[in-house]
Amino acid sequence: MIEFHLDERSGVSPYLQLVRQVRQALRLGVLRAGDQLPTVKEVVGRLAINPNTVLKAYRELEHEGLVAARPGVGTFVTVTLADSSLAAHAPLRQDLRRWLAKARRAGLDDESIEALFLTTFRTTAGEDIA
Amino acid sequence: MTAVLQARGLGKKYGKHWALTDCTLDVPAGHVVGLVGPNGAGKTTLLNLASGALPPTSGTITVLGGRPGASTAQLARVGFVAQDTPSYASLSIADHLTLGARLNPGWDAELARQRIERLGLDPAQRAGKLSGGQRAQLALTLGIAKRPDLLLLDEPVAALDPLARREFLQGLLEAAVEHELSVVLSSHLVSDLERACDYLIVLVDSRVQVAGEVEELLATHHRLTGPRRDPERLPAEQQVISASHTDRQSTFIVRTDTPIHDPAWTVSQLSLEDLVLAYMNTTARAHYRPVLEVQR
Amino acid sequence: MIWLTWRQFRTAALAVFGALAAFAVILAITGPALASEYATGIAACGEQCGNFLNSFYDDLQGAFLGVTAAILVLPPVIGVFWGAPLISRELEAGTHRLVWNQSITRTHWLAVKLTLIGLAVMTATALASVAVTWWSSTVDQVAENFPRLGSLVFDARGIVPIGYSAFAFALGVVVGMLIRRTLPAMAVTLAVFVAVQLAMPFLVRPYLLPSTQATVEISESILDGLSISRDDNTIRLEGKAPDPGGWLLSSRILDPSGTAVERIPSPANGACTPRGEGMSDCLAELNRLGYRAQLSYHPPTRFWPFQWIETGIYLAATLTLGVFCFWWLRRRVS
Repeated sequence: MIEFHLDERSGVSPYLQLVRQVRQALRLGVLRAGDQLPTVKEVVGRLAINPNTVLKAYRELEHEGLVAARPGVGTFVTVTLADSSLAAHAPLRQDLRRWLAKARRAGLDDESIEALFLTTFRTTAGEDIA
Repeated sequence: MTAVLQARGLGKKYGKHWALTDCTLDVPAGHVVGLVGPNGAGKTTLLNLASGALPPTSGTITVLGGRPGASTAQLARVGFVAQDTPSYASLSIADHLTLGARLNPGWDAELARQRIERLGLDPAQRAGKLSGGQRAQLALTLGIAKRPDLLLLDEPVAALDPLARREFLQGLLEAAVEHELSVVLSSHLVSDLERACDYLIVLVDSRVQVAGEVEELLATHHRLTGPRRDPERLPAEQQVISASHTDRQSTFIVRTDTPIHDPAWTVSQLSLEDLVLAYMNTTARAHYRPVLEVQR
Repeated sequence: MIWLTWRQFRTAALAVFGALAAFAVILAITGPALASEYATGIAACGEQCGNFLNSFYDDLQGAFLGVTAAILVLPPVIGVFWGAPLISRELEAGTHRLVWNQSITRTHWLAVKLTLIGLAVMTATALASVAVTWWSSTVDQVAENFPRLGSLVFDARGIVPIGYSAFAFALGVVVGMLIRRTLPAMAVTLAVFVAVQLAMPFLVRPYLLPSTQATVEISESILDGLSISRDDNTIRLEGKAPDPGGWLLSSRILDPSGTAVERIPSPANGACTPRGEGMSDCLAELNRLGYRAQLSYHPPTRFWPFQWIETGIYLAATLTLGVFCFWWLRRRVS
């Protein structure tokens, strides 16, 4: 069972954070096909967020084909992504290893690498959404 | 969807002072509504009018299709948790539950008992000996176990520490899901409401400044940053909510349904807090609009 | 609502009823002894009962005043401790925002509270009044300084205490509702009630029924006291109501021409000097000279009519306060 958390200062809307956390969990293999997502009541009771936020996130995931709602029972995961995603992206991983090696040779420490990555990531992410 | 609260030209006067002026609202059911505004803006007055504690001076208000406070049936459908969550200091928690059972036809004794147990409260404990957070939970239990259709809460978390605040909101929202409650929650801090509310009413200076679904408000309000410009020169569809200038730069908060094409502007998203502050900051207001409501 | 009313009322109720119970026990123990002592004394004294009656009264004066004081104190105690906190305590603690948001209208809330506690008020006072009236029945007859129609004793006998208590209770509730703070409400209730109780016997009660006006010969039965001034040799007379237990409103001495005079010159024949033959001769001489006493009074038979009328007035005032309370609570209190 996945446990959600909310980062209020991330600038990302709450429902999107929930969606991403589910996708992330799927990729990492924490969630597999057949697993049940927490009920709206459970999520709301833990995070103190609006119920419609949770509903919207679950609808979005359903729209993406990742989960399916069974009325009266709950919302269940319909796909398993872990193995395929990690395996399919081995080349990307390689690229990333090489980039990290380059960054270290350029003299960047861990924090600088993280900062560089995050700012670039956020800028491009912002451009995608807008 | 039927409106859970409808007001037309609603006003309330105390002596010479208008606490609420010309309020028009159509609050839909099934939402957690945030009522935000500075102290003295009229939030408590609006909630008192909605619960039937006071009659309006002018205009009308309809709650769940009925006149507030008019009958036992109407009172049973609306729960109210007052500011400072009052309780009878010399009565025990169990006594309070008995009070609820005796005075409410729709009382759910099992629900109340379970909730008290889950909170870890001792039913024999006198209410005067409880902490602020525990008293708030007791008041919330009384409001929920009455099985209303609408629950009104007047600044319920203002005096609570952060943990008690979080626990209170958790309990409230959980109950809202479980019992399909509509909730109206007032606060003078937007941060209390940001996570919980999906409909917002901003009340400043006894008037409703803006009211609408949070999603739609955030989608239609933008921050424009760019070279210094007079607010009058902005297109008519862009309603200026607040403006601030340096000698070279202007920052506007505008409301518009149409896309912003002018390349001179950097358009950025607003947080809910920014939006509310813009409406609360009357000195930076370029144009004054008495009622702003986002039509669905 | 009945449960809640009792739960909130029980401490104040038990305090007052407890005190009343103790009081009733004292009356019950001493009452029969009192009555039998009086009965045997009257039977034994025959014609010359003056001495017995005086000593009987002297022995009991303390108890008599104490019992009277107890019943006089009951209405303001009820007003201050049962009436004033009723609404004011809820407003002060903010609990009105809890209880008036349950599924009960304010009108219903107030109706149940006023009815139940009102019944307690009437019952407590009725029982106390019956007990006191029974206990004092013998002493009242000998307490010459305290006629039954006089303000002290009238207020403490019969049915008027019930009217006073009801009024004090309603007054307390309304004052508490308007002032919204318990302690000031208690003080104001007490002040207003005392003011009303002082005003009643002076401003209203004398006029409840027409008084009896009579111009009579000066005799010992209408004379409360006679004093002779040495300086100018004049006589002053203090009147009283002719029948024992009556209530004198005013008395004047009229000279033979019908003019009111403060002082009568001592008769020339010396009847009213120490050298004279005594009181009856003095009075006979004054009458012969043509002086008369003009009295305005209520006879003792007026006791029960006054009791009914005054109780009626207080109950009407109570009702008015009650109606006002319902109206104000609905419209003005938040």
